[in-house]
Amino acid sequence: MTTDAPLLEVRDLKMHFPVQRPGFVSRLRGHTSDVLKAVDGVNLTIRRGEALGLVGESGCGKSTLGRCIVGLYQPTDGQVLFDGAPVRLGHGNDATTIRRAQIIFQDPYSSLNPRMTVRQTLMEAMRVHHIVSGDALDARCSELLDLVRLGQRVSHAYPRQLSGGQRQRVSIARALAVEPELLIADEPVSSLDVSVQATVLNLLAELREELGLTLLLIAHNMAVVRHVCERTMVMYLGRIIESAPTDELFTDPRHPYTRALLASVPRLIPGRRSPAPALTGDPPSPIRLPPGCRFNPRCPMAKDVCFQTEPDLEPGQPQVDRAVACHFGWTEPEGA
Amino acid sequence: MDETFLSVRDLHVEIPTRRGVVHPIDGVSFDLGEGETLGLVGESGCGKSMTLRAILGLLPRGARVTTGEILFRGRDLLSLSKSELRDVRGRSIGIIFQEPMTALNPVMPVGDQIAEGPVAHLGYPRQGGRERALDLMRQVGIPDPDRRFAAFPHELSGGMRQRVMIAIALSCEPDLILCDEPTTALDVTIQDQILKLLLQLQDSTGMGVIYVTHDLAVVAQMCRRVAVMYAAQIVETGPVESVFVEPTHPYTLGLLRAVPHFDKVKDVLDSIPGIPPELIDPPSGCRFRPRCRFAEEDCAAGAFPLIPLAGDHATACRHWTSCRDSVLADPVIAQNAIPSLDGLPSARRGE
Repeated sequence: MTTDAPLLEVRDLKMHFPVQRPGFVSRLRGHTSDVLKAVDGVNLTIRRGEALGLVGESGCGKSTLGRCIVGLYQPTDGQVLFDGAPVRLGHGNDATTIRRAQIIFQDPYSSLNPRMTVRQTLMEAMRVHHIVSGDALDARCSELLDLVRLGQRVSHAYPRQLSGGQRQRVSIARALAVEPELLIADEPVSSLDVSVQATVLNLLAELREELGLTLLLIAHNMAVVRHVCERTMVMYLGRIIESAPTDELFTDPRHPYTRALLASVPRLIPGRRSPAPALTGDPPSPIRLPPGCRFNPRCPMAKDVCFQTEPDLEPGQPQVDRAVACHFGWTEPEGA
Repeated sequence: MDETFLSVRDLHVEIPTRRGVVHPIDGVSFDLGEGETLGLVGESGCGKSMTLRAILGLLPRGARVTTGEILFRGRDLLSLSKSELRDVRGRSIGIIFQEPMTALNPVMPVGDQIAEGPVAHLGYPRQGGRERALDLMRQVGIPDPDRRFAAFPHELSGGMRQRVMIAIALSCEPDLILCDEPTTALDVTIQDQILKLLLQLQDSTGMGVIYVTHDLAVVAQMCRRVAVMYAAQIVETGPVESVFVEPTHPYTLGLLRAVPHFDKVKDVLDSIPGIPPELIDPPSGCRFRPRCRFAEEDCAAGAFPLIPLAGDHATACRHWTSCRDSVLADPVIAQNAIPSLDGLPSARRGE
């Protein structure tokens, strides 16, 4: 199902948000406003039919990246290419590109219009993008409900009458209504109960199979990503710090942050962990990043070079399908 | 001491609503030994947090206990006056909530919030309270406590705020700590830090702990015993090793099979069909029956009390042998993956 042609390419994407403009006097003194670098130079490609996972802790920029790709934010810098053609992002972008990438959000309670029935929600999307018209609308609506395994009964229901799992299916149906090629799922199951999570994850897997969808799954839950995605990228403070086929990332992580992240996950198997936390300290503020590698304040193996130069995301020598942004990702530091 | 440390006996809570009377807790019983850790797991709305609130006498407005007993060191907490209960709450029982931002006072320096308990309940003078607070802040791993003492909650990160909550809960040296989803709002590396801190404190203070959480893996790491709740009732209880490896209730089994396992990748997750019942009008007989793969005709009527099994394990399922057979055919956790008990921190080991 996966082909080599990239469906989506993101080149050196940056999304910087200004925080709190300085006051009048500070501006006279030449102070400029602080900048929060939510996404700070991200490159990625997604091949057609692939499921790519994007993991990281809150505030690492993974959701901002997803929103930049679908055009909800106007990036500060960088390019997004669909099938090799650059997309005009932000204001005034053309409807077709929005259509090709759709996003579903974490909270199906706030991302659906409470005053529209399920049917109205689905129809609005199709009408705006002129997918189908007139009589065909109804047929397409029932088709979509079937696709997400919802009964026809819910088509006249309002969101408040549905359970969390049902609402998330409606969001998925709404995203699929415009026949997108890329589906971005931003924490699609984290607000759902365990037993419902499984049905939504299974549905995503089935839809990929049936429709040949390409999926970008943004999640903080490592087990969810491992279950769904073929390739996984780890983000830390606005940058991708490791990228690898999912199985290899989980069994042979190369970045110290990835290792700590994996070691932090509580396991179902009772009692299997060391008494010491995998990682100490909090992530630094994305407004005042440390010089050198941005992981250095928490890194257990940081050396001098790590405080001077920021490592790039370098592919491994034999493993070209893997990359890691660590000075010692492929070589052990001397004296280690 | 003769009596059980904490014993909840046949607890019933009701909330009258316009649509009818809801029973968010419907006949819950469990015991907690001195220094023991119990995990209370279940999905949202199953009554796990409500049980915790009932123990604290902090039920939401309109809810009331209809029958039952909550014996803490032999004293029925339900029969205490408001001020007696406040004293127990402050001194003997500590609480850690999920969201430290809403549980902390936003306009009071965190140090003063930590010192409040010792000053009010243990008779510390003001300066002594400050010393005690600084000491606690050090104990829960807040760096630079002298500076952080005067900080307001919004100036701290989520992990630091949760450490403040823990310090407040510990401030009067309680015998029992109740944790309501203590790490659900935190990132995984911070959750790891907080869980390990709690384990270490459990070990050093020997206090009893009840963890309310929806995360089975957190229970596996933190608790010795577990009680699984479904639709306002406890459906299975026992030692964690036994309940997670050989579940005997179809709901527990369903939950264990539905979580994506970190260590075991499956093609399709086994979901539990349907949704939990409304508590206004729960199904007759076994409440899990409409969603159960093993349901038989006799599940539709009658009461479903916990049936004691070997090894301190109990289930509310009459047909628990079908559940056991299913686990034998397809283990949830491979037997050889279970380490010996020696590898566990002592708080999780039996006496």
